[in-house]
Amino acid sequence: MSHDAVLAVESKPSASSTKTLVTSLGFWIYLMTDCVLFATLFATFAVLRHNTNGGPGGDELFSMPYVLTETLILLTSSFTCGLAMVATANKRRNWTLALMAITALLGLTFLGLELHEFANLAAEGNSWRRSGFLSGFFTLVGTHGLHITIGLLWIGVMLANIVRHGLTASNIRRLSLLSMFWHFLDIVWIFIFTFVYLVGVSGV
Amino acid sequence: MRRSLSYVAGFVLSIILTLVAYGLVSQNYVQGWTAVYTLSALAVIQLLVQLLFFLHLSRHGETHTRLMLFDFTLVVVIIVVAGTLWIMHNLHYNAEPIEVIEQQIIHDEGVN
Repeated sequence: MSHDAVLAVESKPSASSTKTLVTSLGFWIYLMTDCVLFATLFATFAVLRHNTNGGPGGDELFSMPYVLTETLILLTSSFTCGLAMVATANKRRNWTLALMAITALLGLTFLGLELHEFANLAAEGNSWRRSGFLSGFFTLVGTHGLHITIGLLWIGVMLANIVRHGLTASNIRRLSLLSMFWHFLDIVWIFIFTFVYLVGVSGV
Repeated sequence: MRRSLSYVAGFVLSIILTLVAYGLVSQNYVQGWTAVYTLSALAVIQLLVQLLFFLHLSRHGETHTRLMLFDFTLVVVIIVVAGTLWIMHNLHYNAEPIEVIEQQIIHDEGVN
């Protein structure tokens, strides 16, 4: 057997690892289409930003320390999700469970803070019906919140699955997709934090 | 071990970038268009940090295809966002009352 042939045999991927590659690529394509969805919502928000119809603008409505808290909580959850993947790679089942549970708790806290902000705005008469600006705001930030909700459900299902079946090959594959999804949501939030909130209180 | 270090590095850098952006705004160091440009730059840097340290995108190895798809998506996103802003700004410019448009043309184009 020639040297190249030996290499070819050794590097021939197993069926399981090929499946992991294909599914993660497919899931990545989904995430990219989600990027385009968020891009349209960001563009809509940017166009409607000044159309307050005599109502309050972002500089009057947003509490920046509150939003910074939300941001840091979501960022921390993205970090713990990454650590859960390290635990998974090391086959530490209990660490994976604990870190994913922390990720879910942080995500739940983030979602609670966001819903509280929405409820306060609506209670003061500044719901999505108030102005074009607020319609754009609730659609963009609400769509992100909906993604977070779905992510939390997924984490819940994943935790139950790992408790029942352990870190099987298919569970590891699903976990890696879940972590991609969760990191992606944090990346979208960077841009919401920057362009909705920070630019909203300081920009043109 | 290398993997967890990568997450720690990404986490620390992201916190620093978030706090810098927040500090610039809350202390009124940047305003107007300067704020938009500075904050956009910080957001893009944090995007790159998280793509590299959290999603481990790289030109080498198995994430190469993902990176190409990301580049393509980036082009689509830029066309969608910049194109929308351009078209809507132009429509708004031309939809003002005729007196305002005349003033705008005199001001912007130097036509008398």
